[in-house]
Amino acid sequence: MIEFHLDGRSRVSTYMQLVQQVRQALRVGMLEPGDQLPRVREVAESLAINPNTVLKAYRELEHDGLVEGRPGQGTFVLRSLAGPSLASQVELRQELLAWLGRARAAGLDTEDVVALFETTLRAAAEEGVA
Amino acid sequence: MSDQATPAVLEATGLGKRYRRTWALRDCTLALPQGRIAALVGPNGAGKTTLLHLAVGLLAPTAGSIRVLGRAPGKDPDLLARVGFVAQDAPLYGDFTAADLLRLGVGLNRRFDLALARDRLGRLGVPLDRRVDRLSGGQRAQVALAMALAKRPEVLLLDEPVASLDPLARREFLQALMGSVAEQGLTVVLSSHLLADLERVCDYLIVLQAARVQVLGPVDELLDRHKLLVGPRRDPAGIAGVAAVVRATHTARQSTLLVRTDGPVRDPALTVADVTLEDLVLAYLADPSAGALPGPAAAPAPNRLEVQA
Repeated sequence: MIEFHLDGRSRVSTYMQLVQQVRQALRVGMLEPGDQLPRVREVAESLAINPNTVLKAYRELEHDGLVEGRPGQGTFVLRSLAGPSLASQVELRQELLAWLGRARAAGLDTEDVVALFETTLRAAAEEGVA
Repeated sequence: MSDQATPAVLEATGLGKRYRRTWALRDCTLALPQGRIAALVGPNGAGKTTLLHLAVGLLAPTAGSIRVLGRAPGKDPDLLARVGFVAQDAPLYGDFTAADLLRLGVGLNRRFDLALARDRLGRLGVPLDRRVDRLSGGQRAQVALAMALAKRPEVLLLDEPVASLDPLARREFLQALMGSVAEQGLTVVLSSHLLADLERVCDYLIVLQAARVQVLGPVDELLDRHKLLVGPRRDPAGIAGVAAVVRATHTARQSTLLVRTDGPVRDPALTVADVTLEDLVLAYLADPSAGALPGPAAAPAPNRLEVQA
């Protein structure tokens, strides 16, 4: 079971934050097919948010075929987003950590790293690499 | 959820209340769909409490009509049993204990779920055997909420329930409220000045200003339709996609505009950003005439913006 959290300063809407957290958990393998999502009531109560917001997030995930609502039981994960890439993620993460170490040594702060990563990702996408 | 498909739980038509020569509420026309959590927002004296008191039948209208669950409030015990109300500052008999109050609730109400109320207060750690005036403000608010919820109402009206609470007690109150809404499927009207709280909790907005309804509609549609535009200083008139400028501020070089849109804004000189509920409400409250701008949804009364669901 995962636990949701909210970034109150984020401009991302509450329902979208919930959707993104589930997708994230599916991507890194924290949620797997058959796992249950927290009940609407529990999420509404723990985060003090409108239950309709939680329902909206779950409906969107359902629409994307990621989860399934079972009447009277709850909402369950149908498929993962991790795919075969999950195994190679550990190695990639280690390489990334080593690279971050080199970036820090070269004097880049977090903002520099994010800027460099985002511009490179965009450029690579335009060249059709990523 | 289609608003047309669900009947209005709270419906006002040309509703007005006058005290001697002063109108506390005027030309109020609204229809709140079932299952919504509505924020009732406005400056002090704008008519929020008057509207809530009209809805529970504590006041009688001077003009127009109000219907709750399809019936006229006041002198209708059947209706009263289906409506929960917590007045401002959660008034309770101070020398009663919570247990006394719950017993009173059983005696005074046709339907009163004593076990639900006891269980709720027990989980929150509110001592049932202590005089209510010795409880903390947060605990008193929880007792008042538990009393209102024990009626298992279909509509719950709350008049500034968290105004006097500290941030933790406020959060705990809203947690309890949202849990109950999820469980009991209530329609809620909640008046408050705390816009950041309302943003998390409410999906419908009613802004009252100077005794009139200024903004009305589902929160997500209102947020979709309003944008913040930032760009080089300019005359705010005549931007494609902008239906109305709600608030404009200028520096020597820059203009910041909170606008209501009727289409995409594609002016390359302008940065377009989403607004929060707080931005939106503050912009309207700052300019009492802002709702008077002709909106794309034909407003049935002047001085009002309505987003059709």
